[in-house]
Amino acid sequence: MGRTLAEKVWDDHVVRRAEGEPDLLFIDLHLLHEVTSPQAFDGLRKSGRKVRRLDLTIATEDHNTPTLDIDKPIADPVSRVQLETLRKNAAEFGVRLHPLGDVEQGVVHVVGPQLGLTQPGMTVVCGDSHTSTHGAFGGLAFGIGTSQVEHVLATQTLPMARPKTMAITVNGELPDGVTAKDLILAIIARIGTGGGQGYVLEYRGPAIEKLSMEARMTICNMSIEAGARAGMIAPDQTTFDYLEGRPHAPKGEDWDAAVAYWKTLRTDDDAEFDAEVVIEAAELSPFVTWGTNPGQGAPLSADVPDPASYEDASERLAAEKALEYMGLEAGQPLRSIKVDTVFVGSCTNGRIEDLRAAADLLKGRKVADGVRMLVVPGSARVGLQAVSEGLDVVFKEAGAEWRHAGCSMCLGMNPDQLAPGERSASTSNRNFEGRQGKGGRTHLVSPQVAAATAVLGHLASPADLSDAPAPAGV
Amino acid sequence: MEAFTTHTGRAVPLRRSNVDTDQIIPAHWLKKVTRDGFEDGLFEAWRKDGTFVLNQPEREGATVLVAGPDFGTGSSREHAVWALQNYGFKAVISSRFADIFRGNSLKNGLLTVVLEQKIVDSLWELTEKDPQAEVTVDLETRQVRAEGITASFELDENSRWRLLNGLDDISITLQNEADIAAYEAKRPSYKPRTLPV
Ligand code: SF4
Repeated sequence: MGRTLAEKVWDDHVVRRAEGEPDLLFIDLHLLHEVTSPQAFDGLRKSGRKVRRLDLTIATEDHNTPTLDIDKPIADPVSRVQLETLRKNAAEFGVRLHPLGDVEQGVVHVVGPQLGLTQPGMTVVCGDSHTSTHGAFGGLAFGIGTSQVEHVLATQTLPMARPKTMAITVNGELPDGVTAKDLILAIIARIGTGGGQGYVLEYRGPAIEKLSMEARMTICNMSIEAGARAGMIAPDQTTFDYLEGRPHAPKGEDWDAAVAYWKTLRTDDDAEFDAEVVIEAAELSPFVTWGTNPGQGAPLSADVPDPASYEDASERLAAEKALEYMGLEAGQPLRSIKVDTVFVGSCTNGRIEDLRAAADLLKGRKVADGVRMLVVPGSARVGLQAVSEGLDVVFKEAGAEWRHAGCSMCLGMNPDQLAPGERSASTSNRNFEGRQGKGGRTHLVSPQVAAATAVLGHLASPADLSDAPAPAGV
Repeated sequence: MEAFTTHTGRAVPLRRSNVDTDQIIPAHWLKKVTRDGFEDGLFEAWRKDGTFVLNQPEREGATVLVAGPDFGTGSSREHAVWALQNYGFKAVISSRFADIFRGNSLKNGLLTVVLEQKIVDSLWELTEKDPQAEVTVDLETRQVRAEGITASFELDENSRWRLLNGLDDISITLQNEADIAAYEAKRPSYKPRTLPV
């Protein structure tokens, strides 16, 4: 019988297989950041171990870094200690680190791909759940815990139980104005936040094949929000074109050998998945969340659902609690929801394509009165690229704040937070209670919906902008 | 992790039952970035009381904790084990441990020994009467010995093997070093490296 993409990549990394034991998998790339690595390094130190493969390890600073005044000392002592600890550990063990202020610094999941370190058929791990992002290149990418971080540092392997596989086939073509973010939000709403539990998801079908690498990363990034271990997409010409010429992409003969291997990374026609879901792209429209988990979403054209309409008692209760926290009424049109803050950024939607999409809509328009818009590039490089294209000027002229790279308001570990009761439209991936600041209310949206919402002051799609009065002087 | 074969040291009698991990190490200590330096957080609230057993000068340098039943209940924090080890404890004796705490302790090389309550009682009496009394915890023979006391204890073979050899998960994986090296030797040259070679 044939094998799925996930099975092929898995099999190619088995170092040791024994009856009744998890497989021992080799790890091709280990990404580190300041939050989940300190105790792992400490463990190495205590047991007198070294990092086994410094050449497969790279660290950056992202969760705690400020997005303003980055040349000044970091005000929050806890953040400062975490960053200083990473710097000390990297120096002591010899790990390559891109600290705040470095041109390659940024959100760890943006940095790996842009350096060309994330490639098809690889195993990638990081002490961060959104490591699933890297699966967009056709590899297996898992988030791991601190004790596993130490295990990988010391051995470059991980004992792991083989996951099940689920195919998510997206037929047809995404309609105009419908993005990868809308698609993944719709998929999560459909299968639920636990729907992917125990599975590696493979996104496939004509609508997926047409997506850019950046859009594919947006989709794989949020696999974890469906409870999945990982998400992946088979590599194709789009993948190869994205990689060619990047700093760590193979060159010359190596490139040819690599591409020949990458081309074998497709699910065989006679392979069987443990589960399958089929989505018709043509039925999709811009999608937003109204609740406090990423599965509580609906098309923007819909109303806030009535909890009483849920048959399942626990879902009903969850919806009731979510509406109370979010300060929303059942039956209220989603478009009528006014926001205080718009956040464009994160490892979900902080890449150059996302910034271009938002800037495109903001050009010649203004952010609505009373709305604060934060634009935070996913990495310093993305920021530089945006500046070279003049996008920062577009954002600033529209009244948005242009910031330095990092996780920022995705999780509010740095000063970028919502105040209690404040409401955001955010291009990030989690709308949990308090995620963006204590008492803050989050609606997950695409960069396009974020930009339209910023201009109109309420949840809106780009199509709504055509009715907006033409901006003065344009 | 350090191998545990046999250990002899003075003991601290802790006449309390149901000592949960919040009492062992309070939550505000969890923000730390190391596995070291938790010794001052160990039993932090109790140590504010001058009469608490750990504060008695004759207990300084003791390495065996003899606790009441249900030691280590509550939150799963591994920091509780680190705090006991940082303070200098090598073994904890009790008639019953919380499961997760016990699992964490064995993973980190802190030997948790289950003895009948009446033997725990005799250890308390002995070490209260004579703070200099030594207690031996012998994993090879699976015995606890002190003046007038010899008691056997159980420990599953796998945990015992791991402790005797000082094997944590990483050490066990490293026993397959040859497999890892063989895999590394055949990795294709086009796979990326983060450092120049
Ligand atoms: S941007 Fe958000 S989701 Fe991504 S790594 Fe940072 S905190 Fe995690």
